[in-house]
Amino acid sequence: MDAPRSTWFEKPKYQNVKSLEENALPTGRWTKCPDCSEVFLKKQLEENLNVCVKCGHHFRIGAKERIRLLADEGTFREKFENIGAGDPLVFTDAKESYKDKIRNTVKKLKMNEGVITGTCRMGDFPAVLAVMEFSFLGGSMGSAIGEKIYQAMLLGIKNKCPVVTVAASGGARMHEGILSLMQMAKTCAGLERLGQNRVPYISILTDPTTGGVTASFASLGDVILAEPGALIGFAGPRVIEQTIRQKLPEGFQTAEFLRDHGFVDRVVPRAELKQAVVSLLQFFAS
Amino acid sequence: MAEIKPELALFDFEKPLQPLYHKAEKLMAEVPVNEKKLAAVGADIQKVTAKIYKGLNNWQLTQVARHVARPYSLDYIGKIFTDWQELHGDRNFRDDASTVCGVARFDGQSVVVVGQQKGRSTEENIRRNFGYPQPEAYRKALRFFKFAEKFNKPVVTLIDTPGAFPGLEGEERSQGEAIARNLREMAGLRVPIIAVIIGEGGSGGALGIGVANKVLMLEYSVYSVISPESCASILWRSSDEKIIAAKALKNDAKTALKFGIIDEIIPEGLGGAHRDPDGTAANIRKSLKRELAELCAKKPEELVDERIAKFAAMGVVTDL
Repeated sequence: MDAPRSTWFEKPKYQNVKSLEENALPTGRWTKCPDCSEVFLKKQLEENLNVCVKCGHHFRIGAKERIRLLADEGTFREKFENIGAGDPLVFTDAKESYKDKIRNTVKKLKMNEGVITGTCRMGDFPAVLAVMEFSFLGGSMGSAIGEKIYQAMLLGIKNKCPVVTVAASGGARMHEGILSLMQMAKTCAGLERLGQNRVPYISILTDPTTGGVTASFASLGDVILAEPGALIGFAGPRVIEQTIRQKLPEGFQTAEFLRDHGFVDRVVPRAELKQAVVSLLQFFAS
Repeated sequence: MAEIKPELALFDFEKPLQPLYHKAEKLMAEVPVNEKKLAAVGADIQKVTAKIYKGLNNWQLTQVARHVARPYSLDYIGKIFTDWQELHGDRNFRDDASTVCGVARFDGQSVVVVGQQKGRSTEENIRRNFGYPQPEAYRKALRFFKFAEKFNKPVVTLIDTPGAFPGLEGEERSQGEAIARNLREMAGLRVPIIAVIIGEGGSGGALGIGVANKVLMLEYSVYSVISPESCASILWRSSDEKIIAAKALKNDAKTALKFGIIDEIIPEGLGGAHRDPDGTAANIRKSLKRELAELCAKKPEELVDERIAKFAAMGVVTDL
C-alpha cells in the first residue's frame, strides 16, 4: 500500500510532500486513493462506504462509522463507556506524559478509549459489539481496552448472545508496560469463558490488525472475517524486513495472505460485511 | 561462602569489583595461599557485589537478565527435577528447539515441564534461534499442556525469551494465532500451572507459556511488553535511549509484584543467578514445592476459576 503513495509523491523532487498534498487537494473536498491514485470527491468516497470506486481499496474508517455500518439503525446501546485509561507507571516518553496524551486524545476524538463496546441488533439478531478505533493511540491495547473487551465477553455470556469484535490495532500499549501485555491473557481468558458457555464469537479483522491484538482475541474467532487488503500480522512488516534483511514479498500479511495460509475464514468486501455477519448470526440462532 | 569467580565478564556497573578480583587472583596464585587475606578480599567482594546489586537500575537489570552465563531452563531442570526426559515436536510441522518440553519428577511427583531455552555456543544458538520461539514452539508447548491435562499432572513452565521471532515463516504459520490459542487454552487448563520467569520475560513470546495459577519471578529477571531497545526506537526515535525506556517501562520484578502480575519474587544468589546457580535453583525448588502442594490439593474447576479470575483482575483503569 505504501509503494504507490510514495511514487506519486516522489515525482516533483523540489516540492515537499506537504505542499504537494495541499496543491492537489485545494479545498479538502477531494481525496486520492493510495492504491490506484484515482482522485475523487470525498463525498463520493463516503457514499461508497469509504471504498475506492475504481480499485476497491478499503480506506480505514472510525469505530462510530463502523457501528453505523454493522448495527441495525438506532439499536446500538453503548456499555462500559466510563472505563478509561489509568497511568499505572506514570509514563513519560520523549514528547509528553501518557496522562496528557490520553487527555488530548479523549478531547480530540470525543471518546474515552480505543474501543467502543455495547449491544445492538444486526439483521434483528441481538449481538454484543466491540469496535476498535485505530486513531486512538494507534488502537493500542492497554488496561481499559482489555477490561472493556473482557466485559463484552461476560455480557455475551449473560445475554446468551454472540459477540462480534472489529479489530484495528497496532498492538499492545507500551505506556502501560507489563499491564498492557496482560490484557492479551485477560481477553483470551474471557474468550475461554465464552467458549465454555458455547456463545459464538465472530472476529472481524480490519486494516491494520497487528501485535498483541493479533496474538490474542482477534485470532480466536469461531469465525474470522477480514476486509480486503487489510494488513494483518503479529510482527510489523518493517521489523521483519530489518530482521531478515530482505524485502517482503508482495501481498505478505494481507487479509488474502492469511486466508490462503488458513488463518482467516473469509475476506469480505465492506459492502457485504454486514450481510455476512447477519447470515452467521442466523446460522447460530437457528 | 566467598564465591570468587573472576572468569565472569564484568558489566560496566560491576567495574568496582575488578580490582578486588585482581587482588584475589594474585593471592590465589601465591604459594602457600594466605587464607586470611583471601578471606578478607572475599568478604570485600561480597560487600561490593551486594551493594551494586541492590541499586541496579532497569537497564542494568535487563543486562543481568540476559547474561550469557545466567542459568537457562535446562540448567535449572537438571538441578530441580529428576528423571527428565525431553520429548520433541509439535506433531504438526517440526520440533522448535527454542522451547524444550518433557516429563520429569519433582520429589517423586510426576510433572510436565516446558521451558524456553537459549543457546550457549553460536552453533547451539542457531539451532535454538537465540531463544526466539517460532509458532511451533507454542504449539509444542500446547501439546504438552493438553498431555498434562489428559493425565492429570501439574505443569511447570520456565520463561526465558527475548520474544517471538519477527520473521517470514512465523507470520506464514501465524505466531499470533499460536500465542493467542495458548493464552486461551492455558486459561482453561484443568491442572495446576506454575510459571517461573528465570531470565527474559519478553512480551508475547513469554506470555505464550505464562498464563499460570502462580507466576514466580527470579529477583534479577525482567518481564516486559516490549524490549527497552524497541520501545526507545518507537517512542524516542532512537534505540540509544534504551536506558530511559527501560526506566519508563519498569520491567522489574518489584513492579510486576506490585500490580499483581506475579505472585512471588524468588531471591537469587549474591550477585545474580550466574554467580550462584545452585543456590538460586534451591530457592526455586523451595517455592515450587510449596506452590505445587497447595495447587495439587485443588479441584480442576477451582484451578480454572482462580486462574481466570487472576488474569481478569489485571490492569489499572479509571472510572470517567
